[in-house]
Amino acid sequence: MSKRTDLLLSFADDELFLGWRNSEWTGIAPFLEEDVAFSSIAQNEIGHARALYELAAAELGTTADELAFDRPPDEYRCAPFVQLRRLEWARTIARHWLYETADEIRLAALKASEEPDIAGIAAKMDREEAYHRMHAEMWIDRLLSTGEGRARLDEALDELWPYALGVLDDQLRPELRRRAEERLGRELPDVAPVSRGVHEAELVALWEEMTMVRRSAPAGTQW
Amino acid sequence: MIFEVFRQERKGQPLQHAGTVDAPDERFAEIYAREQYGRRQESVALWLVPREAVSEIGEFPDEFEMKYRRVDGYSIKARLREARERAGTLEAAPGAGAAE
Repeated sequence: MSKRTDLLLSFADDELFLGWRNSEWTGIAPFLEEDVAFSSIAQNEIGHARALYELAAAELGTTADELAFDRPPDEYRCAPFVQLRRLEWARTIARHWLYETADEIRLAALKASEEPDIAGIAAKMDREEAYHRMHAEMWIDRLLSTGEGRARLDEALDELWPYALGVLDDQLRPELRRRAEERLGRELPDVAPVSRGVHEAELVALWEEMTMVRRSAPAGTQW
Repeated sequence: MIFEVFRQERKGQPLQHAGTVDAPDERFAEIYAREQYGRRQESVALWLVPREAVSEIGEFPDEFEMKYRRVDGYSIKARLREARERAGTLEAAPGAGAAE
């Protein structure tokens, strides 16, 4: 598999799994308006995954659906960060903010790509991600505004930071640290990243659920 | 805080009341309104107004029934009938039988 296809699949898998994880709040978010907003953000991420899978599928002679749902769990390339299941709001917001910040750095690099279709899709995604960032920033300010919020956020950041580093390639990680420490007003642990390639135990359970309906019907079924 | 949301469907059209969002402050309200009233491309503009900023008027007394000021006007039929009765020309009036 080419480096380009590998990159597209890694990115698509990140967006699909994060979208799926965020959608787990649908119906149980802290309040109704947030439920609608966060579910909509989750749908956007899955839409981004589809666009990226379509580019990869054209190169591999397959389809976006087959890439999203028909691979065995160990073939997914998503970062462990997006696999974690943490149905606790401060953790969700910490991951949301860290992911969107990492994503902004990654998208900026891809927008400068010499391959026009990759640069194009990155620019399109970034225009939607801008609203995800506004949402994440607003929640970070909210958490930072009280002692309890700050404490919960800090605890979540300590746990998630090595995972967040793992979303990006080596050369982009210092920029994530710089932005995160500046914005969050604290130092982040000096730890080894939990990089792409290993899978969290939660991945399989999520995969089972995500692919259940598709696996229940014979291949080629039209939905 | 409750915000009243007004939505413009196409440029040049009036903004019409779309519903409300319940949000802790204006910043949250903008994000939520965008998601609830704009994510399907159904709006080109939204206005958000804190409910407290809305002045409501709900009483319109009309003690002397000045119907002639109302937009739907007033019925001339009954008055015409009275006038014709007074003048004794009721039977001769065209369509008099049907007037009620």
